[in-house]
Amino acid sequence: MIEVDSRGRRCPLPIIDLARRLPTVAVGEVVRVLADDPAAANDIPAWCRMKAQEYLGSPAPDVYEVRRLR
Amino acid sequence: MEFIADPAGAPAYLDAASAAPPHPVARQALLAALADGWADPDRLYAAGRRAQQLREAAQGSVADSLGVRQDEVSFLSSGTAAVHAAVLGGLAGRARAGRTLVHSAIEHSAVLHAAAQAGDAVPVGVDLAGRLDLDAWRSEVGAPGVALAGLISASHEVGTVQPVAAAAEVCAEHGVPLFVDAAQSIGRVPVPPGWSLLTASAHKWGGPPGVGVLVVRKGVRWLSPYPGDDRHRPRPVGALDLPAVVAAAASLRAVLVEAQTEAVRLTGLVERIRATVAATVPDVEVVGDPVQRLPHLVTFSCLYVDGEALLHALDRHGFAVSSGSSCTASTLRPSHVLEAMGVLSHGNVRVSLHRGTTEDEVDRFLAVLPGVVAGLRAEAGM
Repeated sequence: MIEVDSRGRRCPLPIIDLARRLPTVAVGEVVRVLADDPAAANDIPAWCRMKAQEYLGSPAPDVYEVRRLR
Repeated sequence: MEFIADPAGAPAYLDAASAAPPHPVARQALLAALADGWADPDRLYAAGRRAQQLREAAQGSVADSLGVRQDEVSFLSSGTAAVHAAVLGGLAGRARAGRTLVHSAIEHSAVLHAAAQAGDAVPVGVDLAGRLDLDAWRSEVGAPGVALAGLISASHEVGTVQPVAAAAEVCAEHGVPLFVDAAQSIGRVPVPPGWSLLTASAHKWGGPPGVGVLVVRKGVRWLSPYPGDDRHRPRPVGALDLPAVVAAAASLRAVLVEAQTEAVRLTGLVERIRATVAATVPDVEVVGDPVQRLPHLVTFSCLYVDGEALLHALDRHGFAVSSGSSCTASTLRPSHVLEAMGVLSHGNVRVSLHRGTTEDEVDRFLAVLPGVVAGLRAEAGM
C-alpha cells in the first residue's frame, strides 16, 4: 500500500500531498495518508467526494485510507 | 522598488455578515442621541427622564419592527452578550425541567460556549447543504431533561435558511422553549413565528456595533444568570450605550423599509457569484443551499488553497472577505459549521453583501478571484 506521510503538516498540505501522489497510485489501489492536522479528518473525505475517489475511512487515529477510482 | 498594484478600483467591503457598514440613518440617529441621550436613564432629573424617553422609544421601535411587545425587548452590550443571556437565562429558567440544551450543530460559537458552561449540550446534525436534520431534532427535543432548544435562523457561515417553523412546532409539542439566533436574518428576511427567545445584533443590519437585542416572549421562563436586582427580566450588565441603541432602533426601521428590494437585488448578485465562481475557478465547491438561503451571503471552498493566504491575497486586491478555514481561526480547528456539513474546510471564503455593494464591485471580485486562486495553487506546487 502506498503511504503518504503528512504528519506535522498543516491543512491544506496533507490534501496537496495526497493529490500529488495520486498519479502514482493504480486505479483500484488504496493509498494511506498519515495526517495529524485536525482538518484532515474533514477534508480528506471532502476531497474524495469532490474528486470522485472512494474514502475508505480512518482505521486508526491520524490515519486515512482512500481508494483511487479513476 | 517597483510598486505593483492591481488597478482594480476602490476597496470593496464584502464582509457584511461580520459587520455591515453603518446605514446613513444610524449615523444621523447616533449623533442626535449623543447630544440628547447621554444621561443615566434610571435617574429622576430632567436629563435622566429624557434619556429614559429615548430608551423607551427605541424599545418600542424595535418591538414594532420585530412584531413583538415592547416589554419583551431588552438591549444588551452585543449580539454575543444577547446570545449568552438567552442560553444561560433560558436554561436557568427551566432548571426544573432539566439542564440539556438541544442545538443545531451549526450554531454560532457563542451558543456553544454558553451551553458548555451551563449544562449538557446535544448537537443535532445537518445535511450537506447545511440544513437541520428534523428527524434527529424531533427525537432529541423529545428526550427527557431538555430545558431549551437552540436553532440559528440561517447559517452565518453558509447562508442556508433553517426550518424554524417546523423546528418550533416540534418544540411546542414537547413544551420546550425555542431560542432562535436571528443575527443574520433580522433586517433582511422575515423570521417565522413560534420561537420563545430571539436574539439579534445591530451591526449585522447596519446599526452600530455594541448593541445586542434579546426578545423573551411573555410567559417564557427566563432567570438572570448575572448578579442584579431584577432576576426575571434581561438587563444590560452596567450602563447601556443609549445613543448606540437609539441608532440601532432607527436604522432597523430604515433597513426594513428597503429590505424586500435589497433582498431581491442581493439575491441576484449572490446568484451571479455562485454561478461564476463554479464556472471560472477549477476544483471549487460552492457550499450551502442554492435556493433556501440568505439573500446576501455566499461561501465557497477552493481545493489546495490556504484560507489565510487567500484572504490576504484578496485583501491586497482591495477585497475584504471572511473565511471559516482553520488557519484563519484562533483555534487551529476547522469551522465546526463546515465540519458538520462535511464540506471542504480549507481554502474557504465567505462573501457577504450589503446595501452599498455595487454590481461593479461584484464583477471586479469575480474577475480577480480566478487568478488569485491559480497563483496560490502554483505557489503550493499544484
